[in-house]
Amino acid sequence: MTTDTDASGVNSAGTGASQGTSTPGSPAGLRQTAGDGRSAPPAGPRLTRRRILGAAAGLAGVVLLVLLPLLNLSLPGVLPGPTYTPGSLQLLAMCMLMAAAALTYHLLLGVAGLLSFGHALYFGAGVYGLAIILQNLDIPLLPAMGLTLLVVIVLAHVVGSISLRVSGIPFAMVTLAFAQAGSVIVGRNPDGTTGGDEGLSLRTENLPDFLVGVVNTRNLYWLALAVLVAVFVVVTWVQSSRAGHAAAAVRENELRVRVLGLQPYLVKLLIFVVSAVLVSIIGMVFLLLQSGAVPRAISADLTITLLVMVVLGGVGSRWGAVIGGVFYTILDQRLTTLANSDAIDTLPDILRIPLSEPLFILGTLFILVVLFLPGGLTGAAQRLAERRNRRSGTRHSTAASREILEESA
Amino acid sequence: MSTVVLLLFTGLGLGALYFLVAAGLSLIYGLMGVLNFAHGAFLTLGAFAGWEVARRTGSDDWGIFLLSLLVGAAAGAAFAAFTEFVLIRRLYQRHIEQLLITLGLSLAAVALFDGIWGTDPVFIQGPAWFKDTTEIFGARVPNDRFVCIIAAVLVLLAMVFFLKNTRYGMIIRAGVENRSMVTALGIDVRKAFTLVFTIGGAAAGLGGVLASHYFGYVSPMLGGSLLIFAFIVTVIGGLGSLTGAAIAAVAVAVLQQFANFYLGGTGDFVVVLALALVLLFRPSGLLGRTS
Repeated sequence: MTTDTDASGVNSAGTGASQGTSTPGSPAGLRQTAGDGRSAPPAGPRLTRRRILGAAAGLAGVVLLVLLPLLNLSLPGVLPGPTYTPGSLQLLAMCMLMAAAALTYHLLLGVAGLLSFGHALYFGAGVYGLAIILQNLDIPLLPAMGLTLLVVIVLAHVVGSISLRVSGIPFAMVTLAFAQAGSVIVGRNPDGTTGGDEGLSLRTENLPDFLVGVVNTRNLYWLALAVLVAVFVVVTWVQSSRAGHAAAAVRENELRVRVLGLQPYLVKLLIFVVSAVLVSIIGMVFLLLQSGAVPRAISADLTITLLVMVVLGGVGSRWGAVIGGVFYTILDQRLTTLANSDAIDTLPDILRIPLSEPLFILGTLFILVVLFLPGGLTGAAQRLAERRNRRSGTRHSTAASREILEESA
Repeated sequence: MSTVVLLLFTGLGLGALYFLVAAGLSLIYGLMGVLNFAHGAFLTLGAFAGWEVARRTGSDDWGIFLLSLLVGAAAGAAFAAFTEFVLIRRLYQRHIEQLLITLGLSLAAVALFDGIWGTDPVFIQGPAWFKDTTEIFGARVPNDRFVCIIAAVLVLLAMVFFLKNTRYGMIIRAGVENRSMVTALGIDVRKAFTLVFTIGGAAAGLGGVLASHYFGYVSPMLGGSLLIFAFIVTVIGGLGSLTGAAIAAVAVAVLQQFANFYLGGTGDFVVVLALALVLLFRPSGLLGRTS
């Protein structure tokens, strides 16, 4: 997928122009700023070919992932067992869900430049909403999901319309406060509906049989994969729609968008709600996969995890979000296994304590990436590729990522 | 009546803690535009440092308590200065990346505290006087509330004096007002940055020791839970305003206590509701500059 980097290349050109000679508020300037790579004319046929190649590679990858549960592959050090075992499938499914959730966060941060610290509220609303509805009402899975979705849509509109009154860092704080309120409700366990710290186990009576039990992990794996692909398609679609272009333009220069007669507030609210709805669906599948709701699903930690994934992968890049999500989930799981291993236990305290805390390693890694690898993993890969075939006109995703971060401030 | 007085003093004590965290946050944001997620870690480190002093000396008299306050503040200040000097300094003007750095730092620091001191809360002993109560209008108010309130008032006065009457204080105030102008006048604002971080860290460390006495325990999560309310306080008070932070800290904490008692434990929601109302009617906060 090359569109992201194209977009960024155009974006930097766009801001340069807007600060330079072009008359303020000229529609041409805006169109270029907002044009998500698709309207970039000079790349021409090569771009189309590359995009077809990218799509083919993506399709091949999806086919491979679909076939994975039927194969007997071992990846020692990455997966706990061969690919057909439930343990490995569970981890892979978790990777897909986290990658999908990171994609929805990319929609907020990478596209609209909204630094939200309350994304877990909607993930948690999906998880707890569905769990509570299944627990208390005798309705099948799909209507229950629809009902949950309705709740999330209302919630996202209310919270979004209030918190979007401020922008930048105050927006981050306000979304954090709302998410914290949600987390507190769950912790308080009103009338025993949320299960408090213990969480809530999934009532399986009204679920279809093929989604229940360890034997059916591969069905859940396929479901998670389908969710990831669907979220990717929707995010791509939103990003290249008029609303997506307008959101990117708001990120670049809100005043100019307003001068043009568009309404930044509504555009941002739309992106906010779409992203919330998508992540709540992911939350529902998460509930089925984990067969229970845990307070962590609605905590600020989860939002921070998503942010870390997006930044690790590279801000502003869809593939970056996916790669960051998968990388983080696997690393977290592996580091936890490492922390409990005997090799660590025998080390002296000064090494044992830091190494037995996965979050310490992940946090340090995150700081190092922010300091030394702006543009994250995809940015680093791109730079390596650029170094290998130095051709003129290469795009600098690093600068683009930094710019997106600056604009959201 | 006695309940009201008790709730009022408990709220004031909690407000004092919020203020100690929010003061640093607000100044740092006002001067540098950095939302400091690691502020909670400064507080937790201060609390653990104070606890270590009390534990190692094994006594619980006033001298040790004052020493623990001093050590806690020093630990917080050292951690904050380190953060500014080693990490934040590399990324001036990149506000979101600075935020991300402090976020990563808070993750790593809390995990490290988990590893060193364990995830369970450790209980703390103060001077025996803390456990007694003083009767005010028929209410028996625990004495540790007064300690928190007095400490926060002293910190507020000291900060106001520092900001109003010293050269660096003036540089900081001018920097909050218009940083590029201060730089243009040939003053090195970067020294003020380190200074603000150090002062904020010291206040947070002090707050950590007091919080550990107020709640009766220390845990690696202590800072994180106070930090979220401190964020709310800084937004309500107006980002960058010290007086705003003080007023909002008291208002939020008292409101929270009263709602918890009279409205059946809804304190946290009332606070978030208050935040929503302030944002709807005064997006820049109570004493924030309208921009």
